[in-house]
Amino acid sequence: MVNLIGFYALVLGLGLSFPIIFFSIQNFINSKILDKKLIFFTFLQFFLVLISFLGLIISFINSDFSNETVFNHSHTTKPLFYKISGTWGNHEGSLLLWLLVLTSFIFLFFLRSKEQPKKYRILTLLFQQLIIIGFFIFLLKTSSPFNYIFPLPSEGLGLNPILQDPALAIHPPILYVGYVGSSLIFSSALSAMSLNYISKEWAKHIKEWVLISWIFLTIGILIGSIWAYYELGWGGFWFWDPVENVSLMPWLVLTTLLHCILVLEKRLMLTSWVVILSIAAFSLSMCGTFLVRSGILNSVHTFANDPERGLYILIFLFSLIFLSLFIFFFFYKKNEKDKLSFFLVSKETSILINNWFMMYFLSVILIGTIYPIFLDVISSEKISVGPPFYHKLIIPFLIPFLFFMTLGPKLKWIKSDLSDKIYLVIFFILSFLITLQITKHLETKFIFNTILIIFAFHLFFITIKDFVVKRFNNLSQNISHLGFSLFILSILFNNLFSTEVITNLKVGETFSSDKFNIKFEKLSQKKIENYQSIIGKFTIENSNGIIEIMNPELRIYNQPKISTSEADIKTDFFSDRFITMNIVQNQEYFNVRYQTKPLMIWIWLSTLLIALGGITSFFKKKI
Amino acid sequence: MYGRKVKLRFFFITSIFITIILTVFLILRSLEENVVYFQSPSEIQNISEIKKKKIRVGGMVKLNSITANMDEINFIITDFKNEINVIYSGAVPNLFEEGKGVVAEGYLKDKNFFIASKILAKHDENYMPPEVKAALEEK
Repeated sequence: MVNLIGFYALVLGLGLSFPIIFFSIQNFINSKILDKKLIFFTFLQFFLVLISFLGLIISFINSDFSNETVFNHSHTTKPLFYKISGTWGNHEGSLLLWLLVLTSFIFLFFLRSKEQPKKYRILTLLFQQLIIIGFFIFLLKTSSPFNYIFPLPSEGLGLNPILQDPALAIHPPILYVGYVGSSLIFSSALSAMSLNYISKEWAKHIKEWVLISWIFLTIGILIGSIWAYYELGWGGFWFWDPVENVSLMPWLVLTTLLHCILVLEKRLMLTSWVVILSIAAFSLSMCGTFLVRSGILNSVHTFANDPERGLYILIFLFSLIFLSLFIFFFFYKKNEKDKLSFFLVSKETSILINNWFMMYFLSVILIGTIYPIFLDVISSEKISVGPPFYHKLIIPFLIPFLFFMTLGPKLKWIKSDLSDKIYLVIFFILSFLITLQITKHLETKFIFNTILIIFAFHLFFITIKDFVVKRFNNLSQNISHLGFSLFILSILFNNLFSTEVITNLKVGETFSSDKFNIKFEKLSQKKIENYQSIIGKFTIENSNGIIEIMNPELRIYNQPKISTSEADIKTDFFSDRFITMNIVQNQEYFNVRYQTKPLMIWIWLSTLLIALGGITSFFKKKI
Repeated sequence: MYGRKVKLRFFFITSIFITIILTVFLILRSLEENVVYFQSPSEIQNISEIKKKKIRVGGMVKLNSITANMDEINFIITDFKNEINVIYSGAVPNLFEEGKGVVAEGYLKDKNFFIASKILAKHDENYMPPEVKAALEEK
């Protein structure tokens, strides 16, 4: 019953697209004011998708195994919380969620764009409808979440245990708001371009939407990264895995866009650049969906490998890109009325320079992600591109990037001079001395890292100084930039000063080195509803004589029958201690991995700070 | 002569052009140095010389082949045609089991011994890395 309602709500929702398009066009040509019917229909469409989504959630809660999606991804013994989160922990459900956000955003857009011209609003709706229809058809045709199974199975197949985790329950919805938010920027840019409405007012209005997507994307990536840190048991936070990269690429574009929009709003410059970025942000989000959903990449996110799905998204993506290029070349007229003077030493220049660096980082990541796929297709040679590639190409260029990030906010718009910037030099010398103190015992192969630390400290001190001197002026930018300097610093220290021990131990044995003694005390067992757990007890004594007891865990889930290691992590403000253990099959040995990771928590906190800057900027205008 | 503006624009466009070329060159060069090739045990038997380059080897973990001591874990990767001994000291992922697919990354010692520095995790019991699948299908 619920299944039927869910399915027909979707069909009706798709059907509603026709009156929406019909009335939009009519309204666009004829009347002066916006037809209220349109707002109502957009709401109705959102409402229908919501009903369908709730229907799927109810099927999951009731463990209704006549539904194929529920059967494939749920189990009666699963805790209620994970039954609900299982709704979007699979391909079909996550696409329904995507559609839900898509329809809710266009409705919200209507509510929040009352001062905008009527034609612009309607045209944005039309472009957004194109995307919505595309996803409706995709969902109904290739991946309906409401397929029946007959005869009725008595038990489901269960959700992959590593997805049964609070962080991963909220990771997809947050990330999706970020991804899908970029669709609205895309539609809006296309519409503003066709109507020749790229202006300071438009920049001001669309900035809000860029901020929303950017904030959610930042937090979404952060949560995914934290999850990977404690759940996958490798103790790292970023693996340059293709799936991580595809979320980072739209983020980079959105960050660039956020800065360009400022230039557009203040100076009416870089209009074409803003438009290109708006298109790129959404195309890369779609590209991410394509890579993840097509099963080309190998990762946790690859739910099911179905070439038909990938092909559909690819065709859809290319038609959207083609459409936007068509509009860009044939409808778009440059709107920079007064040919503005452009001086070398100014805020615009530094923003522009860092834009180019961002695009460089983007192309490195894009090539590193796409190249292996490309090579596989043309020569069927299997390769992988690992972290060294990215580190080598990104780290050195972060140095000038950080420098312009420090300098830029200190410069004025239009024209500025450097004579009153002596304090920059003083702080630079200070950063240099501090770095020298910290890194004097390091080998010379870390030369780039050391220079990077200097510049990160520099940015850090300058932003701190701004907090003291300027207080609430430029608060949001200061918070984000401070966050970024802390982010770079904590990553570098984390990398340079981490230690790791990997060994195989039997119960009762001790591993000794000059840094730690790790004693495997005992094993105990526990039985929980949907898994069995084996808990190890380890005492770790470090060279200062401090003793810590840690309890890593191994879980063997009943459905699906998979074992996972749960790391035990002790966190404080200075460092994380991280231990995992694993069974070595048919042996008495356990594989034990112990790591100390300095400043780990600061990587998370600084990313939060970066996002917080965006949040402050979002709310500042309201007050 | 040309005006200042034209000269400036010319300078601007050339510098952008040069930057882009340099960037692409730089990226492709380090790509060449840093890619890791994937090989099956049979492919390793057929290579002519042992290079000092990181590779990935994939296939099935042979039944009853895992042994361990305090420092290392040894096992055999097979594609049911040829096999290779792997010496590994490092952390093992959860789904590392005999009779299941595996991908190991490291250096070849000779055609029969592989020193692995990493074993790749997979996250789903039914899931097989595309490389391993292709390698097994070739037999």
